[in-house]
Formats: sequence, C-alpha cells, structure tokens
Amino acid sequence: MNDLHARQRVRLTLRLVAALGITVFFLFPIYWLFMISFKTADEIFSYPPKWYPGHLQFGNYAVLFKDGDAIAVWHSLVVAGGSTLIAMFLGTICAYSLARFKTGGEHLANWIISQRMVPPIAVVFPIFLLYVWLGWVDTYVGVILLYTAFNLPYVIWMMRGYILDIPLALEESALVDGCTRWQVIWRVVFPMCRAGLFATAIFTFVFAWNEFLFALVLTRTEVGTYTVQVTHYFGGQSNFWAKISAMSVLGTLPIFVAVAFMQRYLVRGISLGAVKG
Amino acid sequence: MAQATAPRQADFTDRNFKYFLVGPSIFVLLLIGIFPLVYLLVVSFQGITMTEVDTSFVGVRNFAHLFRDRRLWEALLHTVIFTAIALPIELVLGLALAQLFLDRLPGRQIFIALLVLPVVVSPIVSGATWSLMFDNRFGPINQVIGWVTGSPRTLLWTINPALVYPAIIVAEVWQWTPFMFLLLLAALANVDKSQLEASAIDGAGYWRTFFKIVLPAIWPVMAVAILIRGLDLFRLFDIVWALTKGGPGTMTETISVFTYVKGFQQFETSYTAAVALLIIVLLSVVVFAALKRVRLAR
Repeated sequence: MNDLHARQRVRLTLRLVAALGITVFFLFPIYWLFMISFKTADEIFSYPPKWYPGHLQFGNYAVLFKDGDAIAVWHSLVVAGGSTLIAMFLGTICAYSLARFKTGGEHLANWIISQRMVPPIAVVFPIFLLYVWLGWVDTYVGVILLYTAFNLPYVIWMMRGYILDIPLALEESALVDGCTRWQVIWRVVFPMCRAGLFATAIFTFVFAWNEFLFALVLTRTEVGTYTVQVTHYFGGQSNFWAKISAMSVLGTLPIFVAVAFMQRYLVRGISLGAVKG
Repeated sequence: MAQATAPRQADFTDRNFKYFLVGPSIFVLLLIGIFPLVYLLVVSFQGITMTEVDTSFVGVRNFAHLFRDRRLWEALLHTVIFTAIALPIELVLGLALAQLFLDRLPGRQIFIALLVLPVVVSPIVSGATWSLMFDNRFGPINQVIGWVTGSPRTLLWTINPALVYPAIIVAEVWQWTPFMFLLLLAALANVDKSQLEASAIDGAGYWRTFFKIVLPAIWPVMAVAILIRGLDLFRLFDIVWALTKGGPGTMTETISVFTYVKGFQQFETSYTAAVALLIIVLLSVVVFAALKRVRLAR
C-alpha cells in the first residue's frame, strides 16, 4: 500500500515537472518579446544575449508615442471595434432567423460557414482592385467593410449555436404577452444569450485586431493597423528591434487581458462551436 | 421543431420577418463573396499587367500559363509540405499535452490559461518574435545550442536553406499546438469514464484502450481541429512573411506568398486573377468534401 502511494507521488511529481517545462517552453518567446521592449539598445545588441534588462525602462514605448507610430494601435481599435459592432448586430439577427425559423435550411448555413474558409489572398486581390476604383484604399470604410464581411460567417455560426441553446418557451410566452418580434429579440433573446454575445464579440474583435494580410494590402498611412506597423520595422537597420517588440507588446497586451476574461468560452470560440468546452 | 411552434401568429409580416433578418448579412457576404469571383473571372481572361492595361479578351492564355509556371506549383508544393509536417506534429503534441493535463494536477487551471496565450498572439507578431529568437548573434536559440554543444554557434536560421523549414515549422507549431491541446483536452474530458474502467477490468493495456475507446470517442472533435488547422495552414502567410518573405530565393514561398508577390509586387493582374481562381477552386473541392464528413455543429 505504501509502495503504491509512493509510486503515485513520483508520477505526480514527474507530471508536474513536465508541465512546468512545457509551460516555460511555450511562454519563453512571449517573455523574450516583452523583455526586449524594456531593454536599451546596448542590452538588445550585447553578445552573448542578455536574458533580462538591467532595469525596467519605458524608453522604447516613449519613442513610439513621440514619433506618432503608436497611432497604429488606435487604427486597429477603430477598425476592429467598428467591424465587430456591425458584424455582431447583423450576424446575430441573421443567426436568430437561421436558428428559429430554419431560414434557407442546412444549405444556407453551410454556405455561410464555407465563406469563412475561402483563403484571404484570393479575396483580397479583387477587393483591392475594386477599392482602388472606389477610392476606398486606406480608408476606415473599406477596411471595416471587409473585416465585417470576413467575420460575419463566424458570428452567424457561433450565435446560431448559442441561440439554439436557449429554451423556446420564453420567446413564446413573450409573444403571447403581446411583444412584437423585434421586442422578443431585444428583450428576450439578447439578454438570454448575453454571455454568448460577449464571448463571440471578443473573439471577433481578436480576429480583426490580429489580422495582417488584408491590412497589409488595404491600408497605408491613414488607417495602417499595428500588425502592419510592426512589419515596417523589419529588414532595415537592426536598431528597429526595440520598436518591433514595443509595438508588438502594445498590440498583444490588450488581447491577453481580453482572453483572461474569456477562459470559459475559449474552447467553444476557437473550435467554431464544435466543442462546447 | 422550432418551425412548428415559433411562428404561431404567422401573418404576412411574420413570414417576411425571417428573410428581413438574414437580408443584410447575405447582402454583405454576397458583396464580398460573389463580386470578387465574378471580377476574377472577367480579369483572368484579359491581359492586364503593370505595363499594359489590355482589357481585350485573351482567351485561356492566363490559365494555360498556370500549368507551365514552375514557381506556382513549387509554391503549392511548399504549402503542402508545411501542412504535411506541421499538422501531424501539432496534433500529436497537442494530444500528448492534453493527456498530461487531463488528470488532477496542482495549478492545472493556471497552466492551461498560460499555455493558451500563443494562440491569441497575432501570427505576424509571433513571426516577428521568432525572427528575434532565431537571430544568429543576438537570439537566445543559438546561444542555448552553443551551451548544449559546448561551442558558440551562429546558425543562420532564416537564410540557410537547410534551416528555414525547421525554423518556420517551429514557429508554426509553437503557435498552434495549444489550439490542438485545448480542443483535445475538452474532448478527452468528455470520454465516458465507465468505458475506460470496463476496459481496464477486461485487462486491456493503455494503447489498446486508447485506440479502441479513446480515439473513436474524440474523433469528431479531432476531425474539426484537423479541418480548421488544415485550412489555416493552406493559407499560411504571416509567419513565413515575418521570417523569410518566401526566401531564400523562393524556397519557402507558400501559395499565399506567391499570389501576394505576383499581384502586389509584380502587378501581373490578370495572371494573379487566374491564380486566385485556381486557389478558390482547389479549396472549394477540399471544403466541400470536408463539410460532408465533419460536423461543425449539430
């Protein structure tokens, strides 16, 4: 008996050590990125590399704000926020129709989700030519419209799942009580799937916030997002490392905070609703 | 079941209401979904390049060129190679991690919360991060290799033809293994415990139980994970762009990088349209076949 107990303890210890090692491996690149942003140029380019800065200093961030490069984070916020709001509204009412009235049947639902699987590069090329013609390149309208369209299938698909989870009886009694169809949606459906709405909105926001290829093609200086701004520091002189890391941290930190609140919905959110988590 | 009960007071406005709700979304999707397709079809039969705006009909010239373009097919091959190597590694590693974290473990929730972080980092940022990590002089990777081997190394991870594939795959696997891990962990947690116990009582070993009971039980989730990651890898762009831009030469050029270079750096407009159509057709076949097999939701 004692022997068995000892073996279990060894097993648990081994698993704990493995878990620690793996977590360190997966967090190390993030640590390295964050840490470079606090280093001075001398520390970044010291050989052999230093694994931590001499002291915490925010000079690299100050440069981004002084040069005005940090505006890219604001562009990201407007573009991701705007497209998320529109996609959430249009997508949720569409999802309600799909879930409750089976509008268009399986075919429409499958067509919508297949839209998400089209490779961005094949879409962005003709869209770019269209936008040049419309004068929409490097405008909020153009980018927000494309992000909205690209995230709509996700919103519709996810919200359809969340709405199907709500019992129908509540909506029926609201109708009997004399609510109009719109009032049912506003006063019953939206409040009932509040958590799902919130989770879906966060993920939609993250997708748009992190997007790179569309932004690379469709933005220049006016609405350039932080992902594009990061690549502007590539390749040139290597003293741009501080800017790469500081800009990346500015873009990454908000996402980490948002996801910290989303732990419960993470699995469902990233598996397109296939796993309830 | 919903249809039978919901539209109880089905008057005329009620019947149109459901179409009114889907209308705006469908409109936006068609605008961004169908317009490009039509436009690509038109442009791909013309002869537009950077130097000439030839909108006359050139027949299937662009499509014929597709088949003679070595670089295109190599890009497709690179994409397949990345997918064929990275996807199994992510799957197996993710499954192993899920097994490790399945049972009770001190600090389990914290570990999981931390392991998730790579998934939500923007792919272009993780590419940038890894290019800092892989730097031949100031990156920690060569430093650690130097410690292990005993002599300083200055391996050129993003330039040396023998090392670029491992470098990109490491970055890719780092970012997306946690994705596999999360999904498979959820799937493993839902496996019926009584079946596992019954199998243990019957004297089945670990691997036998795994292949006969666990694997069939988690397969639906695994299929979804493979589908999502497979499609993502097919469009692989950001990490390659950050690490190598498709180089050295065109060695690591994926189909997305190739199309970007053709369309936005070499301005071969009509030919790029033909390439984009080829991508859409290829992928539609895969998606269509996959959606028939994989259930994304009930």
